Amino acid sequence: MTQDEGQGRDVLVLGADLAGGGPGDLLIRDGRFSDPGDAHGDALRVDAQGLVALPGLVDLHTHLREPGREDAETVESGTLAAARGGYTAVLAMANTNPVTDTADAAEHLAALATRLGSAEVVPVGAVSKGLAGEELAELGLMARSAARTRVFSDDGHCVSDARLMRRALEYVRAFDGVVAQHAQDPRLAGRDACCDEGETSGRLGLPGWPAVAEAGIVARDVQLAELTGSRLHVCHVSTAETVDVLRWAKGRGIPVTAEVTPHHLLLTVDELLGYDPTYKVNPPLRSSEDVAALRDALTDGTIDAVGTDHAPHARHDKEHAFVDAAFGMLGLETALAVVVETMVRPGSLGWADVATRMSSVPAHIARLTGQGRPLAVGEPANLVLVDPGRRAVVDRDGSLSLSRNNPWHGRDLPDPVVATWWRGRRTFARS
Amino acid sequence: MRHLLSAADLEAGEVAEILDLAEQMALVQSRPVKKLPALRGRTVVNLFFEDSTRTRSSFELAGKWLSADVINISAKGSSASKGESLRDTVLTVASMGIDAMVVRHMASGAPLQVARWFAAQGLGVHVVNAGDGTHEHPTQALLDAFTLRRHFRAQDPGRSDALAGRRVAVVGDITHSRVARSNVLLLTTLGAEVVLVAPPTLLPSGVGTWPVEVSHDLDAVLPHVDAVMMLRVQRERMSGGYFPTPREYTVGYGLTRTRLGLLRPGTPICHPGPMNRGLEISADAADSAGSLVLDQVAAGVAVRMSVLYQLLGGQDDAGDTTGAVR
Repeated sequence: MTQDEGQGRDVLVLGADLAGGGPGDLLIRDGRFSDPGDAHGDALRVDAQGLVALPGLVDLHTHLREPGREDAETVESGTLAAARGGYTAVLAMANTNPVTDTADAAEHLAALATRLGSAEVVPVGAVSKGLAGEELAELGLMARSAARTRVFSDDGHCVSDARLMRRALEYVRAFDGVVAQHAQDPRLAGRDACCDEGETSGRLGLPGWPAVAEAGIVARDVQLAELTGSRLHVCHVSTAETVDVLRWAKGRGIPVTAEVTPHHLLLTVDELLGYDPTYKVNPPLRSSEDVAALRDALTDGTIDAVGTDHAPHARHDKEHAFVDAAFGMLGLETALAVVVETMVRPGSLGWADVATRMSSVPAHIARLTGQGRPLAVGEPANLVLVDPGRRAVVDRDGSLSLSRNNPWHGRDLPDPVVATWWRGRRTFARS
Repeated sequence: MRHLLSAADLEAGEVAEILDLAEQMALVQSRPVKKLPALRGRTVVNLFFEDSTRTRSSFELAGKWLSADVINISAKGSSASKGESLRDTVLTVASMGIDAMVVRHMASGAPLQVARWFAAQGLGVHVVNAGDGTHEHPTQALLDAFTLRRHFRAQDPGRSDALAGRRVAVVGDITHSRVARSNVLLLTTLGAEVVLVAPPTLLPSGVGTWPVEVSHDLDAVLPHVDAVMMLRVQRERMSGGYFPTPREYTVGYGLTRTRLGLLRPGTPICHPGPMNRGLEISADAADSAGSLVLDQVAAGVAVRMSVLYQLLGGQDDAGDTTGAVR
């Protein structure tokens, strides 16, 4: 990335609403927030009146595709997309080729990101070797590596074997790790399952993915978390049934956290009526009742965080018949837009809530120390400036991702991100 | 008609037009010289991603008897497994300058996607769904309607809407049957009542919202129907845990010799083929006086001639390439 305008110079952000706490000024100096009163006369001044300042967003669930599928996304392109979406850190899922299931692989990815990234890239380690669901990967070595892995996930695959899941949960407790589960009972929702099981799957003749295949695994896993006292994180919750299980588990004090994707907050199974593989995602788009339950859960904290499940795919991997096409959709650039549309505009979340659910809570789940921090003097200058009122029609060809599997193409949505700074470096600015 | 993708897209009037024209085509079929010049110079490609003998040859004869140039392309196995995208495969074939593509695919929705890709490329190629996964098989439903209409008209020549008010049982693996889905849509459009009979494991989710009755008791249904359609039990379902054994399936849902006696005399029996004799249908039923199985096969060619003519015959439709996919 070339040197940005303002790089190395103090930046004075004036008059932004500081995460819903009222207007204030921020001074960015040497990668940290400093006292605005100390600003030099030559500081770059940013008039942020009417804008909202949020701590840089943290995505618990990104697929960067590097190494292995650099035609779909790279560390460089994926973090550019992240910065455009207001993110300053992304957790990169392990289902690359090779899989991130060793300390070497994790360190390699982290080093690549240090060189080329426009956001912090935190490797997620695989739970099982090769994501095969049979033997534990070297979780401890990944945790001790320079990548300091704390989040482990076989995402894309469920750790369906109950004993392996139990051992993984127990084992990561030694280093305060968390197991992030892709909850999908493979006996109830196999590889072909691609449509919410219900009236639509029956009519379209698409293999059904029943809600119980998710909620059943989560019900088991929260009890394993209780048994082991270890931290469980549930990826991309998609059903009202899972929300009920989470509510019960949290009521019992079980150490479980959960995320919801932007697409599950807005899109429904009705999108599948035209068999357009753009809308093929795992878990699948659900009913409007599920969407309502997920919004409620994100509002009341039953679901802790928003995770994008940004899943870029080369165009040709989506140009197959629906059941043959790849699962997944882009999410990093539009996540905040969807959260504003579905949660902020209706009044369910304020800006302080957005900051927790998209920044501080995900950072805490992943045990990131330099992310999700308050907008306060001395803290790392991870910042996104948000224009709450601006809207735009999404154009997939305007994306910074290398892929175009954008389910929001052609939709009128908020267009909130004005600029992003990561450790004081401006990584995105709207032109 | 731009494409034939789903029986849901056809209104009763359009169905009547197709079936009436098919009657004309059937007359041609019975002549010693069967060729009509109607589609001379037109090219039809049968693009089959899934094995099929009867549907492919039925479309092939239909095209040839209308003097179209017909070629068959067998693209077995999903395009994904060969490294070529489905879009590339169909655009490649369409770009040769063909007029219609008859598509069979093991994936639900594939013909609809194909039609959309053609529209996006400005290609005027007409698409006919010849069976997509577990979704639809509209020409099968049309040929079933044709066969039943003929049967009822012969019985009761005074009635023009021969299928209205008729009660038709569709028996077997509804979940995985594209024949059942298209028949439910078409028969209800034509005013017939449909009863689906299957074990609960072979009924699609959401069937309660379909405009049909559902039963698990074939013996109770048979005495009160005007026609029976038996569905083929696919071999892969036999070990899929959908029912314990083929024997038990036959006892519960097969059209056995004993059950034949529950039908009112002369009740027509249909089967899309190929039949598993002894499993879903007994030899006695398959070869009974009421069996229309071979009439269905004959009707298949006539109905497909009619469909191809509706799509390709008559007016020069050049330029009509951007019409809505339907």
